[in-house]
Amino acid sequence: MNIVVLVKQVPDTYSERKLSDSDHTLDRESSDAVIDEINERAVEAALQLKEADGDGTTVTVISMGPERATDAVRKALAMGADDAVLLSDDALHGSCAVQTARTLAKVLGTLDGVDLVVTGNESSDGGTSAVPPMLAEILGLPALTHAREIAVDGTTITVRRETDEGVTSLRAELPAVVSVGEKINEPRYPSFKGIMQAKKKPITSLTLADAGVDAGEVGLGNALSQVTGAAPKPPKSGGQKIEDGGDGGAQIAEYLAAEKLI
Amino acid sequence: MAEVLVLVDHFDGDVRKVTYELLTAARALGAPSAVVVGTPGTAGKLADGLKAHGAEKIYVAESEQATEYLAAPEAAVLASLVESVSPAAVLLAASGDGKEIAARLAVRTNSALLSDVVGVGADGVQHSIFGGAFTVDAKGVTDHPVITVRAGSIAIEPTDGAGAEQSVAMPELDPSRQAVVTAREPVVAGDRPELTDASVVVSGGRGMGGAENFGIVEALADSLGAAVGASRAATDAGWYPHQFQVGQTGKTVSPQLYIAAGISGAIQHRAGMQTAKTIIAINKDPEAPIFELADFGLVGDLNTVVPALTEEITKRKG
Ligand SMILES: Cc1cc2nc3c(=O)[nH]c(=O)nc-3n(C[C@H](O)[C@H](O)[C@H](O)COP(=O)(O)OP(=O)(O)OC[C@H]3O[C@@H](n4cnc5c(N)ncnc54)[C@H](O)[C@@H]3O)c2cc1C
Ligand SMILES: Nc1ncnc2c1ncn2[C@@H]1O[C@H](COP(=O)(O)O)[C@@H](O)[C@H]1O
Repeated sequence: MNIVVLVKQVPDTYSERKLSDSDHTLDRESSDAVIDEINERAVEAALQLKEADGDGTTVTVISMGPERATDAVRKALAMGADDAVLLSDDALHGSCAVQTARTLAKVLGTLDGVDLVVTGNESSDGGTSAVPPMLAEILGLPALTHAREIAVDGTTITVRRETDEGVTSLRAELPAVVSVGEKINEPRYPSFKGIMQAKKKPITSLTLADAGVDAGEVGLGNALSQVTGAAPKPPKSGGQKIEDGGDGGAQIAEYLAAEKLI
Repeated sequence: MAEVLVLVDHFDGDVRKVTYELLTAARALGAPSAVVVGTPGTAGKLADGLKAHGAEKIYVAESEQATEYLAAPEAAVLASLVESVSPAAVLLAASGDGKEIAARLAVRTNSALLSDVVGVGADGVQHSIFGGAFTVDAKGVTDHPVITVRAGSIAIEPTDGAGAEQSVAMPELDPSRQAVVTAREPVVAGDRPELTDASVVVSGGRGMGGAENFGIVEALADSLGAAVGASRAATDAGWYPHQFQVGQTGKTVSPQLYIAAGISGAIQHRAGMQTAKTIIAINKDPEAPIFELADFGLVGDLNTVVPALTEEITKRKG
């Protein structure tokens, strides 16, 4: 089975995230960039399927992003993925979800015989959960989204899908797109050996032209939606903090009453 | 006036409240047309509510296929309507299903996707991103932008609509290209208010120490008529169900009052609650970052403070 995992590099959610003043796109310089946590879970899910399947299964990582997204890709390789493709091109800056999905579909098209595409259900940098269903729509594949459990039996995939609305059981025939939710697994830490091996694993670098994408179809200037303004929220002024002297419950109630909240 | 398509979010013969928010929001852009996709007999139960919230037209696509597949039936119906009525926009709920339908529709109709908006106007939409840290204005540059709206962000204004029903054929779907739904276990709504539209939310975190202790959070919530929330540490540990997680990867809440008990205030938790009007924190660690955000912080043990607070509130209510 050929499994592809889509991995995105995002600003570390532990650091403050900003928008750039000039074009309101993500300010990638202001915070550390890491592999999105949900994509570590996607890689883990793919590796577990590979382990269940034995030899003959490969896990390929695909990422679209700036050159430094190589770090995110290496992390996935260190976890155990076999090889990777990185699409980097300045013209992609500011692409909207539709453009991103169309471009990723083209990159997928450069690989032969993909059976399963594994993604995160939502990226943490203002992600919209759009890329997985969009890819399915573009490629004409079934989408099994927000997976909490995945099982593959021959060419049939079943998923327990969990959203706020409830749990749904899904079944489809491969090839298919599956997106994983954050409760699916705990991603493994790369071992020292894994990190060393990852340095030698092949990463194919693509430009837009290599992927067969016209630069006039992507990027901020051609996006289907436009950001027209952005404003940070004014910081909240600090409140009061008191030590519990035994009547803490009553003190909170007092405050709530004074604020007319009870 | 151009039509605005509103996909009706419904479950078990009832319209979900967010649909009425969408019908209200749609009026800023044109004449709202509700679109019902469901099994035969669905629209009849929903029509009165839709009319009372301003639906001028009700498009009805009823077929057994509607619940057999995920997102694709709704996307197909909406795509055919976008073609035939050329709406000013299509509005959907920013739920798991709504976002998925919207994504498919945007690709299929080559439309802008404006996701998880908190405001809709003639000039564009507003997003609240990074947990409310930024407000962003955006607009679609295509004819029929597809917009998903965050539940609880629009105040419902009922008004009479003509509600003229018109049936729409369910387009043929290729079963080999769909995920088949083999079972559904919907979340059953409890007696407490819905987390995303509760005016008071009481949340517990790792400091609760175990599932059994969530009882004291629930008791406090009930004394205030509040919803219960939880941090990821608590949902990961299995102490409280996943759908109650507040934060970046859980729900975003914006209540009048948020009480956090035994929650440290990690940036990803704050992302889901920092726009609450008043924040109260109970934590035994005076250095916990949640105190930076709290209007009133109490440094103490939640095991004594929370029950005492519940008792005090009950007493005051008489
Ligand atoms: C990509 C990503 C997404 C995430 N998404 C979310 C999310 O959506 N929601 C979320 O909540 N987290 C999320 N997290 C996790 C987040 O980083 C924190 O790990 C989590 O919020 C911690 O939960 P907590 O505050 O309950 O636990 P802790 O950080 O362990 O804090 C427990 C607190 O309880 C206090 N305490 C302990 N005992 C008592 C007592 N008896 N009385 C009073 N106080 C007590 C302690 O002093 C401590 O401050 C995410 C993380 C990542 C990387
Ligand atoms: N630029 C990208 N490169 C690779 N994968 C991506 C990219 N953008 C989105 N994805 C994948 O799509 C998932 C959902 O992202 P989103 O639709 O942006 O919320 C992510 O978790 C990734 O798996």
